[in-house]
Amino acid sequence: MISLNVNKKAHEVAVDPDMPLLWVLRDVLNLTGTKYGCGVAQCGACTVHLNGEAVRSCMTKVSRAAGQEVITIEGLSENNDHALQKAWQEIDVPQCGYCHSGQLMSAAILLRENPNPTDHDIDLAMSGNICRCGTYSRIRKAIHLAAEMQQKNHK
Amino acid sequence: MPLALILTVLGGIQSSFKNISAHGPAQQDSVESVKAFMQVYSVLTSPRCMNCHPSGDVPLQGDNSQLHTMAPQRGTDGKGVYAMKCSNCHQATNAPGVHTPPGNPKWQLPPADMKMIFQGRTPHQLAKQIMDPKTNGHKNREQLIAHADDGLVLTGWNPGEGRTLPPMSHADFKKAWITWITTGGYAPSEK
Repeated sequence: MISLNVNKKAHEVAVDPDMPLLWVLRDVLNLTGTKYGCGVAQCGACTVHLNGEAVRSCMTKVSRAAGQEVITIEGLSENNDHALQKAWQEIDVPQCGYCHSGQLMSAAILLRENPNPTDHDIDLAMSGNICRCGTYSRIRKAIHLAAEMQQKNHK
Repeated sequence: MPLALILTVLGGIQSSFKNISAHGPAQQDSVESVKAFMQVYSVLTSPRCMNCHPSGDVPLQGDNSQLHTMAPQRGTDGKGVYAMKCSNCHQATNAPGVHTPPGNPKWQLPPADMKMIFQGRTPHQLAKQIMDPKTNGHKNREQLIAHADDGLVLTGWNPGEGRTLPPMSHADFKKAWITWITTGGYAPSEK
């Protein structure tokens, strides 16, 4: 049995330690917000937080997450009210929506480490998340908006 | 005995001890040294080494040493930035399959204040850079010799499926490396 802490809840899962974390999240824990895009860590759709860092769950064995803290898109906020989620809704960022769990999880790391990112910072942080629909300009706009929202809340 | 003479003798003895180590006293041989270094150079400028010693701040990737897809950045400490820190994808061991991230527990680039660039260096430049503690990660002679067995260095010979190995075995590389250093660490002439 492997002990996992996912979105602040404890789980015991009877799986092969080599099973990709993505499989465990989706197929065993029914947390289907995290998506399978490429399976080789090239697209970012599977991005989750492992101990606060953005990892690609398609290439992360569940054994790496044993006893660690995992946050998925479902756990990014209590009530889907993270500034990024609100900004994403306000700007209406998604087109098909498939990449956006991963986009949000990567953007969350950016805003945590850089509350006022420039366009160049956004390039550096988000270049690992691919969007086939091409919503990049809206992603950029939403990140700037989320940064503003967070700064207003802190004043 | 005059003080100056005593100090000179002591200095000479001390510098002799510096050169005597587990690898024996240094035997300066510029010809052998340069010959050995050219073998070292062929390894250090092969993709398995050079890809993580780029001239810019984005690692290189693949046998053709293209810029790493998605352009992860060196960052201040060489470990990447934001959602693309090196260890986010490059885990402790190689991921299975082709075109997947190779692994090592210490996967990173050299830090920004000690970039240890291999890409684009001539043999003369690279030899000088490696022998100088100010540009080689503050390594002394013994540490340089030991570096041939560093974990990240060894990863070059266990690069994961689909990646070409360096042009010689690790054992041959290590022999050339030690020979180069213990015969004086000479740099080939500038051309």
